[in-house]
Amino acid sequence: MSDFVSGFWSIYIAVITIVSILGCAVLLWMQSSAKHVEGKTTGHVWDENLEEFSNPLPNWWRWLFYLTVIFALFYLVMYPGLGSFKGQYQWTSTRQYDNEMKKADDRYGPIFQRYLKQDIRVVATNPEAREMGQRLFLTYCAQCHGSDAQGTKGFPNLADKDWLFGGSPEQIKETITQGRSAMMPAKGVKPDLTGDEIKDLAHYVRSLSGLAADPIRIHRGKPLFSVACAACHGADGMGNVGLAPNLADEVWLYGSSEATIIETISKGRVNQMPAFGDFLGEAKVHLLTAYVYGLGGGQDVSVTTPAETR
Amino acid sequence: MQSPATYHYKVVRQFTVMTVIWGIVGMLVGVIIAAQLVWPELNVNEYLSYGRLRPLHTNAVIFAFGGCALFATSYFVVQRTSHAPLFAPRLAAFTFWGWQLVIVLAAVTLPMGMTQAKEYAELEWPIDILITLVWVSYAVVFFGTIVKRTVSHIYVANWFYGAFILAVALLHLVNSAAIPVSLFPMKSYSAYAGVQDAMVQWWYGHNAVGFFLTAGFLGMMYYFVPKQADRPIYSYRLSVVHFWALIFTYMWAGPHHLHYTALPDWTQSIGMVFSLILLAPSWGGMINGIMTLSGVWHKLRDDPILKFLVTSLSFYGMSTFEGPMMSIKTVNALSHYTDWTIGHVHSGALGWVAMISIGSIYYLLPRLYGKAQMHSMKAVETHFWIATIGIVLYIASMWIAGVMQGLMWRATNLDGTLTYSFVESVKATYPFWTIRLLGGVLFLTGMLIMAWNMFKTMAGGQTINAPVLKAAIAH
Repeated sequence: MSDFVSGFWSIYIAVITIVSILGCAVLLWMQSSAKHVEGKTTGHVWDENLEEFSNPLPNWWRWLFYLTVIFALFYLVMYPGLGSFKGQYQWTSTRQYDNEMKKADDRYGPIFQRYLKQDIRVVATNPEAREMGQRLFLTYCAQCHGSDAQGTKGFPNLADKDWLFGGSPEQIKETITQGRSAMMPAKGVKPDLTGDEIKDLAHYVRSLSGLAADPIRIHRGKPLFSVACAACHGADGMGNVGLAPNLADEVWLYGSSEATIIETISKGRVNQMPAFGDFLGEAKVHLLTAYVYGLGGGQDVSVTTPAETR
Repeated sequence: MQSPATYHYKVVRQFTVMTVIWGIVGMLVGVIIAAQLVWPELNVNEYLSYGRLRPLHTNAVIFAFGGCALFATSYFVVQRTSHAPLFAPRLAAFTFWGWQLVIVLAAVTLPMGMTQAKEYAELEWPIDILITLVWVSYAVVFFGTIVKRTVSHIYVANWFYGAFILAVALLHLVNSAAIPVSLFPMKSYSAYAGVQDAMVQWWYGHNAVGFFLTAGFLGMMYYFVPKQADRPIYSYRLSVVHFWALIFTYMWAGPHHLHYTALPDWTQSIGMVFSLILLAPSWGGMINGIMTLSGVWHKLRDDPILKFLVTSLSFYGMSTFEGPMMSIKTVNALSHYTDWTIGHVHSGALGWVAMISIGSIYYLLPRLYGKAQMHSMKAVETHFWIATIGIVLYIASMWIAGVMQGLMWRATNLDGTLTYSFVESVKATYPFWTIRLLGGVLFLTGMLIMAWNMFKTMAGGQTINAPVLKAAIAH
């Protein structure tokens, strides 16, 4: 009933639909019983030689037509179609989905539940669990992070030891369950940065990880960094887990070229990983976490400080 | 006894030649995007990327190739079966130049990324306005000629052409209703939102198939098949039933494009049952066309034009059987979003629409240029076989690919996880995309042979305008 603003529309649709279906049958019936002379033409001629035979409707075709009309009426008695009339089967697409999900949960749920009670570090070493985790990964995660989990521009590599939001089992699980969103404001916290200053900053940032950079620009960029960027990325640019990435390592989410860094500083970056907790349920998230954790980059400590990384 | 007045063939000639030219352009773009699926590195830049060329392909083959074929044949047929020259021939000339401008604008704006993002209605609002002007002029010329007719009865081909013109006007106005935002870049927002927008779009989308690609081409069939076979239409009664049932039922079928979506269940059900009812009315057209040959089947042996026309009807019958089957929800659950849909569409587009147009144009060209027949009938025969093999390769590979994709996507392991990741289904489809590309190249090759044959036929020919038949002769 929620489809309609008033009961009138339900009746309106039901009446028009039934009249239309029956109308097809009536047209067919009237025309089959109309006068015809097999093998003779109607007597009209167009464009020198265009004529029409007055042959009757082929019988098999007539019955095919009637059959589809009968099926249509039968279907609309059994299934929803005539406005808010629910149909004899009481079928809805929502219920079909719920039933199929319930059936799947009953059947497959226990298989996943088995691992939920185990510690992620233990699950991560179980070959069978890892295979299941990989299958889940290929279905839900590979679109962005890649089949090898090594990511691409804008989508982090999950197989290395660099973690934007932490690499402990608990942190990975939280990331998958709740999703993550991250935003770097354009020009950091110094909105009046000029184009040339941004370029200085880019050179300074490149120098942090030993990339080629202009010494004069590095010199000019350093004080700008402490004003515009250090609040999040830290005075030495080594980042803070959960807040801002490390700029002094070899890992670049968007790229390390001068042009890309200038683009990042000028326009800022917005990124988001969707939450999977409600969609997949805890048991599957648990397995996925174990799979990602076991890719090789998992960390045993919950909080990593910049100093420890070094 | 003939009156001194002549039919207006100039506009027919213009549209006929452009049908072949745009056919080559549209199918070439099709071949390019088919190649891009096999070799993704062919997406050289954003202007020539798959996402922008694909709507260019569909617009070019439907509205440029198919549209020009419909204009050409309807202007020819309506004059000759009304026994009267075209009404308002200068307005007809405007429809030619206006329609060519629409096509050129489409070819410029779509690669630039300007789009309404509605399938088969991508063109932005200023072009939509131009389309409306051309279409209203088309209706005036067509129905004006019908009114001027000197025979009392309206020939069945004109029912279909008339229904096509009226319905397309309605579809275009309703679906393209939008709020303009800017002229350059062209940008607008749909007048509808959410699921209503989707429903209006697929009401349009399915009836673009039903009226542009079906009713219009049935009009073509009802003139050129009996003409080429030199036989009366099989059954007038069948014409009446299938005409009214077809144009009425098509209007309901759109929701089958939105099975298992946010569209309410009742709407989906109604769309499905009317799609099934549509089977018999569609087949009525096929029967009426094919049975027109009863008694003269032997003509198929050595008349390649008739081969084109009759083969097109077989493909029409096949795809109008396939369509209702795919509209059944449980079948759709497997076929939707797979290449099966692409195969289905091309069995209609190449098999039905292109084949009937090609046959009709081979009939028209010599008559428009004062020749007895095409420059080379052997080339017509070759074109027929190349095109047929091309279609078979195309649709067979897409059927197999589509069913395979559908089955791979739903396959599960013992733990309920999916057996295949999406990219595995992509990888498995590569061989079939390659076969499809080959089919497309063959079909395009046929069109190039046709263009050669057309220019050879035109060379040295006279642009004649046949004298108008007097009504007295007709009755």
